[in-house]
Amino acid sequence: MMLNLALNIALGAASLGVLLCTWRLLRGPDELDRVLALDTLAMNAVALIVLLGLRWGTPLLFEAALIVAMLGFAATVALSRYLTRGDVVE
Amino acid sequence: MNTVLETLAALTLLLAAFFLLVGAIGLVRLPDFYMRLHAPTKASTLGVGGVLVASLLLGLAQGRPGMAELLITLFVFLTAPVSASLMAQAALHRALPSRAGPPAEPVTGLSPD
Repeated sequence: MMLNLALNIALGAASLGVLLCTWRLLRGPDELDRVLALDTLAMNAVALIVLLGLRWGTPLLFEAALIVAMLGFAATVALSRYLTRGDVVE
Repeated sequence: MNTVLETLAALTLLLAAFFLLVGAIGLVRLPDFYMRLHAPTKASTLGVGGVLVASLLLGLAQGRPGMAELLITLFVFLTAPVSASLMAQAALHRALPSRAGPPAEPVTGLSPD
């Protein structure tokens, strides 16, 4: 009962976080702001996927969250390298 | 035992929800990039960590091993500082405007080209 309430509150918070990150992603004055927003969006997506896995009782979703986390990190590293040097791999 | 674990998981989830919200609101509301870098890299990392700890506790209550959660927690806590540092380097390289003004002495050693 209490667990379900806490899960619902956390789901709402993570969804609101995704929306706020999307706002920064569309708005961001600099390209780096968009990179940061994408990084945070990936984090929030990981939290959202794990929460949905708990809610639906499907532990298979946790591996999906791991993949999203790795892809988000790779994207952040590649994009900030590109913005620093104009090149990802020398 | 199970009720204790579930109560603990519920409390951790509430804490994680708070920190996720703080990170996202900070990303939207703070005035310049260097300040905005702080909110998601610290608060959101703690929020994701809290969600994963709650998931581990629930797995313990249901008697299933939580290898994936443990891996995600380790990965997130290892990579968040790295990506934050890379983004800060890129911001200094691009000389993004800061409310605190330019750095007192020129930053060296960031761009080897």
